[in-house]
Amino acid sequence: MPSKVEGWKDELYGTEIREHLFRFAEEGWSAIPEDEHDAWFERFKWWGLYHQRKGQESYFMMRIGTPNGRLTPDQLRVVGEIADEYARGPVDNPEFGGAYCDWTTRQSIQLHWIQLQDVPEIFEKLEANGLSTIQACGDSWRNIVGSPVAGRDAKEHIDAWPVIQELHDTFKGNDEHSNLPRKWKVAVTGDTRGSGQAEINDLGFEPATKEIDGTETKGFNVTVGGGLSRKEPRFARDIDVFVTDEEVADVAGGISALFRDHGDREDRFNARIKFLVDEWGPEKLRRVLQDEYVDFELRTAGEDLRDQYTYNAGRNDEIGDYVGVHEQNDGDYFVGLSVLVGRMGAEDVIELADLAEAYGSGMIGLTQRQNVVVADIAEDDLEAFLDEDLLEYYQPDPHPFLRGSIACTGTEYCSLSIVETKNRMVRYARWLKDNVELPDGIDDFHVHLSGCTASCAQPQIADISLRGMKTRKDGEPVEAFDIGLGGGLGETPQFADWVEMRVAADEVPGYIRNLLRIYDERNDGAESFREFIARHDEDELTGLADPEETSYEDPYLNNTKMTWYPYADEDGMDASPAPSPADD
Amino acid sequence: MPTSVHQLDDGAWLSVNDAREVNVSDLWWLARQEFCSCAMADFLAEGFVEIGVDHPNVEGRIAGQCIECGESGVTDWLTLGRVVDPDEGRFFAVDPGSVHVPERRRRLASPPE
Repeated sequence: MPSKVEGWKDELYGTEIREHLFRFAEEGWSAIPEDEHDAWFERFKWWGLYHQRKGQESYFMMRIGTPNGRLTPDQLRVVGEIADEYARGPVDNPEFGGAYCDWTTRQSIQLHWIQLQDVPEIFEKLEANGLSTIQACGDSWRNIVGSPVAGRDAKEHIDAWPVIQELHDTFKGNDEHSNLPRKWKVAVTGDTRGSGQAEINDLGFEPATKEIDGTETKGFNVTVGGGLSRKEPRFARDIDVFVTDEEVADVAGGISALFRDHGDREDRFNARIKFLVDEWGPEKLRRVLQDEYVDFELRTAGEDLRDQYTYNAGRNDEIGDYVGVHEQNDGDYFVGLSVLVGRMGAEDVIELADLAEAYGSGMIGLTQRQNVVVADIAEDDLEAFLDEDLLEYYQPDPHPFLRGSIACTGTEYCSLSIVETKNRMVRYARWLKDNVELPDGIDDFHVHLSGCTASCAQPQIADISLRGMKTRKDGEPVEAFDIGLGGGLGETPQFADWVEMRVAADEVPGYIRNLLRIYDERNDGAESFREFIARHDEDELTGLADPEETSYEDPYLNNTKMTWYPYADEDGMDASPAPSPADD
Repeated sequence: MPTSVHQLDDGAWLSVNDAREVNVSDLWWLARQEFCSCAMADFLAEGFVEIGVDHPNVEGRIAGQCIECGESGVTDWLTLGRVVDPDEGRFFAVDPGSVHVPERRRRLASPPE
């Protein structure tokens, strides 16, 4: 029997949700029939609106999908202005103020506290500037990820940007592919960094070369069925197919249609294509794709470039994360700036847009490590750009603890999260920077903090993996983390081993400090932190370092989920101002 | 009026009559349970897997783990609350902090077609 969500989708889904969304915006929050809340909130996701958690009723998170994370300065300014005007909640965040943008691990933008009545105006502003929230959430083609500097990067195999534009234009608002059994995440990598992170996407295109009719041809190998959620992480499986850039859309459409027709619509927990690949195996998937969904002969896979990958790869010799100053293929430079946990105040966003424009930049990019890239800076302007005040905070040469930190949304807004995340990660990173000396040889150190098993901060592919948990301290429940070690992508992708379970949140920085001391004492002098961890088995890693209370103080130790908003003075559910009276 | 119950947002919460009634991330004490070998499981709810009605009770199976011993999995059926008067539709949630006894299901969550 199809799931309840499938029933709602059968009744109404896709582009036509918009007219109802606008009607509710016009008539007000209370116009949504009470017994249809769940159905409508499920549908609104398709247009990028996600109802915030309990205690925050009538407020929405709005996600704007930016393929490859690319924006023009004008587009970035509009996003900052929208955040400033519409994304202000009843209470400020103590670290980030009253209005901010979140850059996500899938190169999208998230705004919070959006109210329904403002949606048409926001859509108008976005769409007038070539931006949209279409399919940013929900069961269809999500934001396509890849290198923000595709076409500019000197470390490039093939310019994937035209391919991504074609996929975006073809599969956004496409009725044939608008109602899939579950979300559909696509990555296209054209560079030699491996920056698309195709390994953890439903559908991936990885750079490759194949001899066709005697000619070395550049293109992509195709992978299917990656994903990190629900303690069921899978790397995407190689289906032994090579495509040229002209063939990508046909094969992508074929696999999307295959998923539409064969994915599980009865059990949403089993719906992602990773489970279909588990069941069928890559050979059957390839066979069905060939027989039923494409009308040309598929080639076998080409030669991949994995040995060159540097993005999130844990290598000592090169960090491929775009942070810093990099020469483009046209002689200009792009400058990657570290944005701690991906959250940037609205005023700073507008200032960055102005700055980019003043320096003649045609593109600002968001990366999967939640940072920003400003492209097209002329060599003669580079020094002046690097001297700008804004770059004192959003740095091109940040401390590794700041550079490597990623966090998801957490209990501030998210229904699933078990713990507070972004503000805590900010405090962790600052404490580590001030109190822990990095051992020689570590220039890059990734701490990914995720509030739950949904894994939005990609915790399984970090040096230190943190996954939200609970434990008891002196008998009282406190927020905690499971700690994993040894994850990363690169030539040989590896998920973390979970080695310390239910560590109270205030003992995590002490654990990291102790672990780094052990690395400093015992590494062989040449090995990276990831290599050091890799030569220990899971048993050896368990207990390798001890969690410990330190001078680090955690103001969010108790149950932040029990509050309507963790940073409000009056934070109990009873004090919630939701639903907003402005919407009635 | 029939009572509408389901889990939503990847099992993040139990909805009863289109209101968010029970969240994940609470700790539940489970007694006389087969989930783990602890005398009482100190169970962290991480996701609602199945929801059913055994009038007047709304019941669910929850994915999570015992934070005492670390065993993880899915519980047997737990009473999450009750709708005493379906016409009125008001839901009375149980207190996760009290002691709960999971039971094997006695009837189907959904009537046979």
